Amino acid sequence: MLQLSIFLENAKGRLAQALSVLADLNVNIRALSLADTKDFGVLRLVVDDPERVAVLLKERSFVVKVTKVWFLQVEDRPGGLADVLDKLVERGVIVEYMYGFVEKAGELAQIVLRVRDQALMEDAVGELALGIPQG
Amino acid sequence: MEEKKSDMILEGTLAQLRETVRRVLEVPYYRSSFARVGIGAAEDIRSLADFQGIPLTEKEDLRKNYPIGLFAEPLKKVVRIQASSGTTGKMTVVGYTARDIEMWATAVADALGRAGVTPDDIVQVGYGYGLFTGGLGLHYGSEKLGALTIPLSGGNTERHVMFLRDLKSTVLACTPSYALHIAETASEMGIGPEAFCLRVGIFGAEPWTEAMRGEIQKRLGLDRALDIYGLSEIMGPGVAMECAHMNGLHLAPYFYPEILDEKGVVLPLGCQGELVLTSMGKEAFPSIRYRTKDLTTLSYGRCPCGFYGWSLSRVAGRVDDMLIIRGVNVFPSQIEEAILSVGGIEPHYLIVVSRQGALDNLEVQVEVSEEAVDEISHLEELRQTLQQRINKILGLGARVRLVEPMSLPRTEGKAVRVRDLRKGDL
Repeated sequence: MLQLSIFLENAKGRLAQALSVLADLNVNIRALSLADTKDFGVLRLVVDDPERVAVLLKERSFVVKVTKVWFLQVEDRPGGLADVLDKLVERGVIVEYMYGFVEKAGELAQIVLRVRDQALMEDAVGELALGIPQG
Repeated sequence: MEEKKSDMILEGTLAQLRETVRRVLEVPYYRSSFARVGIGAAEDIRSLADFQGIPLTEKEDLRKNYPIGLFAEPLKKVVRIQASSGTTGKMTVVGYTARDIEMWATAVADALGRAGVTPDDIVQVGYGYGLFTGGLGLHYGSEKLGALTIPLSGGNTERHVMFLRDLKSTVLACTPSYALHIAETASEMGIGPEAFCLRVGIFGAEPWTEAMRGEIQKRLGLDRALDIYGLSEIMGPGVAMECAHMNGLHLAPYFYPEILDEKGVVLPLGCQGELVLTSMGKEAFPSIRYRTKDLTTLSYGRCPCGFYGWSLSRVAGRVDDMLIIRGVNVFPSQIEEAILSVGGIEPHYLIVVSRQGALDNLEVQVEVSEEAVDEISHLEELRQTLQQRINKILGLGARVRLVEPMSLPRTEGKAVRVRDLRKGDL
């Protein structure tokens, strides 16, 4: 799965501006997280056709990077995420950051994971038969 | 033997300087300012020490005599005027006789030749054509050399990219910041340096650094990016230029250089100070001990390119550009050097100096490039690395702020890299 990371200056209205550009481009945001510091933030987005959206955003002078992330389904119950993470840690996977969301009318929660070592994660996903959503 | 040789050079130079003095004494303004120090005739200049007693000329003297008060020839003999770009105040007008234009073209053609440019080259000129000396100065020199010369001027950057690709220009002449802008525009158009046939870049009209040289060479696929120096008050581009050996900027043989400290004392070779120039043989607008406000050092000798004479080191900064922050002398070029030594940052920056209470604040805004974006820790690390590097170079605490690309002003003329907000509350 690919995710978009957009660099945003910490200026009044900048986030709203970025989101309205996405709206104008008719981009539907499926998941989102915002990491921020005093001066700047990084808006991470899961959208359909991320590579095309990245090109469109670059044309509009945004700094965008397309990053490989993992999209996992976990059980939507207490401990659902902890179980999965424990198993990943056992296999040496290091999570750089993650964010979660609950899909409408589903029994599963979804998480977006950015890991350091892609190969380790691939093995772990295979071995654990972790749920990876379609599409 | 060596002694004799340098004496002979000195004698020859003195004779030429005396000619310049004779010429400027025709101008009432110089005549009265020279009279105040007891110089009434060229013959009063018997030694270099006498010459060093001649009053310095400044930009302000040119302004006071706007428009043509310092011309040493009647307008009938003048075939061209140019004017300074006026980045730091009122415009100043300079004039050239037909012989002056020929001298200028020769200086530029000789410098281009030493840079490895030949009549087989295609020279694309991206300096502005008009009152600014950049465009026409390069143009006449390049044509004199016999190279195909494209007068694209500044402004239409996409056309520059198209010509670089379609006409396969081999030489690009423009300001270093415009060269980067062309490279950026090319990459936005999906055109990389491999589509170009560029060999040599001739960049000047604003201060730049060694690190920027590497960056421009890489982005445009140049064999070498060379520094050209000049100012309209003296002639225009080509007063001095680097050759292919990059042994400093060789000074055209029509100028006599001096390096002065802040008190106006002449410094020996190898010492950094303000460059002061006197023209030799220039007719319409002779310069006499003109303060360039540019900080550099001088050397004298032979270069493998065949040049023999004075060379300047890369201009370290402007006497005017020097910022005094918390009592420390700071040049924008030092900050630029630090920025370019750290990856993941675009070579665009703005230095903002402000005052909080009694304390000066130095903020450096730099643009991040996309490879750096995603992990906050990585961006923070980048910011801190740069901040530490700047602080180490300057010896004072600066704050680095990462900003979005293209949020800093791009210019086709001279880049504005400093915003001093302290002015006005002093």
